Amino acid sequence: MSNANVTAPIPRNIATREATWVRWLLIAITLVFLTAFLFVPLLSVFVEALRNGVDAYWEALKEPDALSAIKLTVLVAVIAVPLNLVFGLAAAWAIAKFEFRGKSLLITLIDLPFSVSPVIAGLVYVLLFGLQGWMGPWLAEHDIQLIFAVPGLVLATLFVTFPFIARELIPLMQEQGKEEEEAAVSLGASGWQTFWHVTLPNVKWGLLYGVILCNARAMGEFGAVSVVSGHIRGFTNTMPLHVEVLYNEYNFVAAFAVASLLALLALVTLIAKTWVEWHTQRERSAAH
Amino acid sequence: MSIAIRNIKKRFGQFNALNDISLDIPTGELVALLGPSGCGKTTLLRIIAGMELPDSGSIAFHGEDTTEKHTRERQVGFVFQHYALFRHMSVFDNVAFGLTVRPRASRPSKEEIRQRVMDLLKLVQLDWLAERYPHELSGGQRQRIALARALAVEPKVLLLDEPFGALDTKVRKELRRWLRRLHDEIHVTSVFVTHDQDEAMEVSDRVVVMNSGKIEQIGSPDEVYHSPATPFVYQFVGNVNLFHGRVHEGWARIGAMDIPAPDLGQATDAPAIAYVRPHDIWITREREGELCVPAVVKDISRIGSLVRVELEDEDHNEIQAELTRSGAQHLQLNAGEKVFVCPRNVKVFLEPGK
Repeated sequence: MSNANVTAPIPRNIATREATWVRWLLIAITLVFLTAFLFVPLLSVFVEALRNGVDAYWEALKEPDALSAIKLTVLVAVIAVPLNLVFGLAAAWAIAKFEFRGKSLLITLIDLPFSVSPVIAGLVYVLLFGLQGWMGPWLAEHDIQLIFAVPGLVLATLFVTFPFIARELIPLMQEQGKEEEEAAVSLGASGWQTFWHVTLPNVKWGLLYGVILCNARAMGEFGAVSVVSGHIRGFTNTMPLHVEVLYNEYNFVAAFAVASLLALLALVTLIAKTWVEWHTQRERSAAH
Repeated sequence: MSIAIRNIKKRFGQFNALNDISLDIPTGELVALLGPSGCGKTTLLRIIAGMELPDSGSIAFHGEDTTEKHTRERQVGFVFQHYALFRHMSVFDNVAFGLTVRPRASRPSKEEIRQRVMDLLKLVQLDWLAERYPHELSGGQRQRIALARALAVEPKVLLLDEPFGALDTKVRKELRRWLRRLHDEIHVTSVFVTHDQDEAMEVSDRVVVMNSGKIEQIGSPDEVYHSPATPFVYQFVGNVNLFHGRVHEGWARIGAMDIPAPDLGQATDAPAIAYVRPHDIWITREREGELCVPAVVKDISRIGSLVRVELEDEDHNEIQAELTRSGAQHLQLNAGEKVFVCPRNVKVFLEPGK
């Protein structure tokens, strides 16, 4: 027996360690895929947007229709995300901390928007609230326009981003159990105090994570919004819809300029997501 | 504050968790609910706390019916097996929580709260940890903080659910002595749940032995150990030897021995089980009196200050005896040796279900 065997560091997980060439091959495949389908397209967005120089880029963004699309996108997100925050918290709290009839049905329903095509979600709202829809005549009588207007966009976005926050919180809250809440109540705390001082601080990072994902989807949603929007330039076009309109007009620089904003949003989301994940992990390792 | 529990029943689906439980807990006593897992002891504790509602029956604190009262209004201190400290709050804020959530009218001033919390932390001997967070503490420290937190609201009743269950043996032993001393100091009516008979024996004034949703026996630790009311208690509390035989008009025939069983005067030739504690088994070389049977020494092992002897009688029943070290030295037993075993304090029960 040689001495090298004794002094060499013992690799961890020796049982699941692959041969060197297998590891390099797997890494190479991953890199090729990432480059071809992620980095190159992302880069091309910015290259195309800046093709005619920075001035043209700014012009394209300052154009009134583009500005209106940006404003509308932010407006929809500002309404939809807080609403889904309240809904997600309420649903997760109910599901994780209480036992009731129909709980599994509720969980399935929360997941529904994930399994339904966004276009169909949009169509449903048109069929319900559109002029020819079930409630259309009544709405028209009372001079309320939902479809082809901002409320329709908010409704469709709400539906599509419905599950993000609830889905993030339910497993977290279930894992934490309800003992801390029971302790709080036995110490005389009211339901609201228990929620505010015990439940909410315990899930704050999970909640933030859900909000980030929800916001990214709310701003980037195309399918459902496209159906209910009616594509009225300067009024009901959100950024993704505006990109499509510009692209169809062969206005590539402007299309990519607006698209680059969405790409930036994605990058910011990614960074925020990583930051939150890092915090969650730190908190989790501290808790154990 | 006394607790009166009357005819409590509770089912979870098909499972009968509590079957008509009635129990009185006098003011200032420290009572242990002892039983195997699934016997309903934790459910009973949670019903006392108001965290579960009984299907029927009532709970009264000091004569006042609290069955319908919300946990928040019952003024109970509850200590959980896994501490349930608020993980994002410092030790100080954890202990202060019960005071800071009070409505403004009855909330003490900041300075009073500070004083009260520090006094409690001194009581649990952890005042130097006030600024730490729960995850920075050891299990034993966490549980003492949990206790201080429960005591901060001056509860009428203190309820502890397997308070030492998550701790290692050494800390557990320290902490239960400490809890006993603490209780002698503050005298709050306390109920604690445990499946550990040593813990129940050492800490409590009274032990309530439970099994499958029913109370088997209520008594002082001595009573429960030395005169168990049922076969279950005999087996659950301490080690025991078990002999099958028959009982007839007050006498039990167990192997070659006739043992008086005055409680069973009505029985005629009924199957019976006799229980004897290992330390109530005498081993001699000469037959002394009628109540001795021949046996062979199989194995001798030392456990701390005791010597455990495994024997086998002529019917190949295993018998376990415990001797003191000096007793064993005096006897000088060897494996394979033929001796006589003389059980004392034999308790005979009718075989259940027959």
